[in-house]
Amino acid sequence: MADKVKLYDIEDEEYMLAGNRMCSGCGLSLIYRIALKALGPDTIITVPASCLTVLHGMQGFTSVNKISVLNTPFETVAASASGIASALEMMGKGNEVTVVAFAGDGGTTDIGIQGLSGAAERRTNFIYACYDNEAYMNTGVQRSGSTPYGSHTTTTPINGKREHKKNMPRILEAHDIPYVATSCASYPLDIYAKFKRAKEIKGTKYLHILSPCPPGWGYSTQDTIKIGKLSVETGFWPLYEIERGKFVLSHPSNKHLDPSKRKPIEDYLSVQKRFSRLSNEEMEEFKEYVKNLWDYIKKRVECNTQ
Amino acid sequence: MNASEEYEIMIGNHAAAYACKGAKVQVVAAYPITPQSPVVEKISYFIESGELNARMVRVESEQSALVACVAASATGVRTYTATSSHGLMLMYEILCWAAGNRLPIVMNIATRAVGAPWSVWTDHQDAFTVRDTGWLQMFCEDNQEIYDTNLQAFRIAEDPCVYVPTLVSYDGYILSHTFMPVRLEPQSRIDDFIPPLKHHLNLGDMNVVKGVCPVTTPHVVKREEGTAPGYYEFRYSLQRAMEHSIEKVVEVHDLFAEKFGRSYGNGIYKAYKMEDADIVIFAVGSVASESRLVIDKLRAKGIKIGLISLKLFRPFPAKHLREVFKDIKTVVVFDRDVGYGYEGILFTELKSALYQLKNRPFIKGYIVGLGGRDVKADDLINGVLRTIELEKKNEYVEQTEFIGLKLDELDFLKKGGKVENGR
Repeated sequence: MADKVKLYDIEDEEYMLAGNRMCSGCGLSLIYRIALKALGPDTIITVPASCLTVLHGMQGFTSVNKISVLNTPFETVAASASGIASALEMMGKGNEVTVVAFAGDGGTTDIGIQGLSGAAERRTNFIYACYDNEAYMNTGVQRSGSTPYGSHTTTTPINGKREHKKNMPRILEAHDIPYVATSCASYPLDIYAKFKRAKEIKGTKYLHILSPCPPGWGYSTQDTIKIGKLSVETGFWPLYEIERGKFVLSHPSNKHLDPSKRKPIEDYLSVQKRFSRLSNEEMEEFKEYVKNLWDYIKKRVECNTQ
Repeated sequence: MNASEEYEIMIGNHAAAYACKGAKVQVVAAYPITPQSPVVEKISYFIESGELNARMVRVESEQSALVACVAASATGVRTYTATSSHGLMLMYEILCWAAGNRLPIVMNIATRAVGAPWSVWTDHQDAFTVRDTGWLQMFCEDNQEIYDTNLQAFRIAEDPCVYVPTLVSYDGYILSHTFMPVRLEPQSRIDDFIPPLKHHLNLGDMNVVKGVCPVTTPHVVKREEGTAPGYYEFRYSLQRAMEHSIEKVVEVHDLFAEKFGRSYGNGIYKAYKMEDADIVIFAVGSVASESRLVIDKLRAKGIKIGLISLKLFRPFPAKHLREVFKDIKTVVVFDRDVGYGYEGILFTELKSALYQLKNRPFIKGYIVGLGGRDVKADDLINGVLRTIELEKKNEYVEQTEFIGLKLDELDFLKKGGKVENGR
């Protein structure tokens, strides 16, 4: 499991420069800055078409510093990581260079899932990081497999999404990979600790990080941290690690097994425009989703203690 | 010399695999598809038995196969893959990406028809369909040629003046699964012929930080930090590299011929009985092989006919072909493919190349052998004889003509349908 990280443990070096092209208040830019600090310069990152491509910027003038990057088409990032990892092994650098695939939720849960499943099954030695802003934000807020129930997007404009979010960490866990973890942009120490841990483990590591998105979710840019915290504190987005099958809740989710310790889900939903048209029934459905999520987690935690 | 000491008998797919072993490929990523599968089975065997020091990425799709090759090549190692038909179609996006990245990947295509309806048998539709993606493309007529062309392909693709990914195609089953004698070259001689890979990306060199293939603007961007080309300039450089690669293809072919004593025409096309020919068959792969027999038969009847078997399809050697065809009276093009809605792809390409000639030959194209329909010598002879008839009448036929169809055996034709109307 990840070691506890204190603020002064975090690297001073900046690998993501200020003045990049991300929207103000972007959750991804917070995640990426901290992730790169944890990964360090001996890293090759491969990036598909996504908001992250925007962050990386134009040919010759990238905002990413001291880290090598290979861009690759939308659905291909995990296979790209496989190619890099194989080549590094042939060059005798398999253990000294960390290979990271960094993709959005569309590139992970939808168009990229086949390549990711294949790479995980092949035990490819890499970290797959999915930053989840819960829709196709780079193309203008279209529904993805990771968009939550009830959310209004440009392709669910009137009714909102009718299906719940795909539980990608569970799908990856079913591949029996050594490390699966969730995190959220509002918890930089948690992000840092989990990337550090993933870097130490050989094999396929999967990190799924919720990334609040002001234009896509419909909230004011200064509220990104607040919204991200609410996603965790209401129990909608639990933070946990699964290392070699052992499920451990991370702080602050570790106290949320007790439902009374969770904030009401309305606190999270009511502050975002994408949920502004939820009916009472839909709100109940949402509560049911969170309840089921935690029923499952409870069973998982109990499994560990048996 | 005892031939059995010199040659091994093997299928075309294995000839391709032996060439990859000879070229010491470092990363192979491939997905099984008929009729390509034995290539990667053989390479897997080489790797697991320790005969070849390489990594095999056993991917879950052809698309991932080529992506893994792209990424491994960009990281700095020699990469190879092979596919056919639907597999190649699934790779289409990545074909464009590999070419745009200027990565010297070598790929074999064991050519096969593309569905629907399902067909595992050969034609050239798959290979010709990817002609505009920016890959060098070569065709082979026998298993020795597959082995030799693959060895040349690595050297051509990795030449700093080229840096263009390269496809080497051979007919599914007709070569891929047919046993023929192949002379395998000693490792030391291959090592002399193919220098170690030195290419421009080398992402794995951690001393230099690289950002590979990010977003480009439509325009050249000038700033104090440097100048970045626009997309247009990147793509222009690919086109120029393709154009210049013709010289390199010839140079590498000639070097190969000098070193190993085997040559394939001039490396661009193979001429057969062209010395006094006034009528010429133009074809690739299995259709060209079959045409050799046709030429002997027609020559016995007193027809002065020759063959140009095209080896290099991309870049299209228009200048060389104009030189060949400038004094030719009649040309017959046999396509084992269709540019649907127009005509045979090879036919279009050749006509376009010959447009600049002052005295253009009479030229006629036919479609033959789609989806593995047997291309018989008589089919090709009929095509040649019909062309001679049409030329006498100076008659141009608008409709694309298919040879070897069996429409009259189908019931719907008996119900009043007319073949001429294409029904």
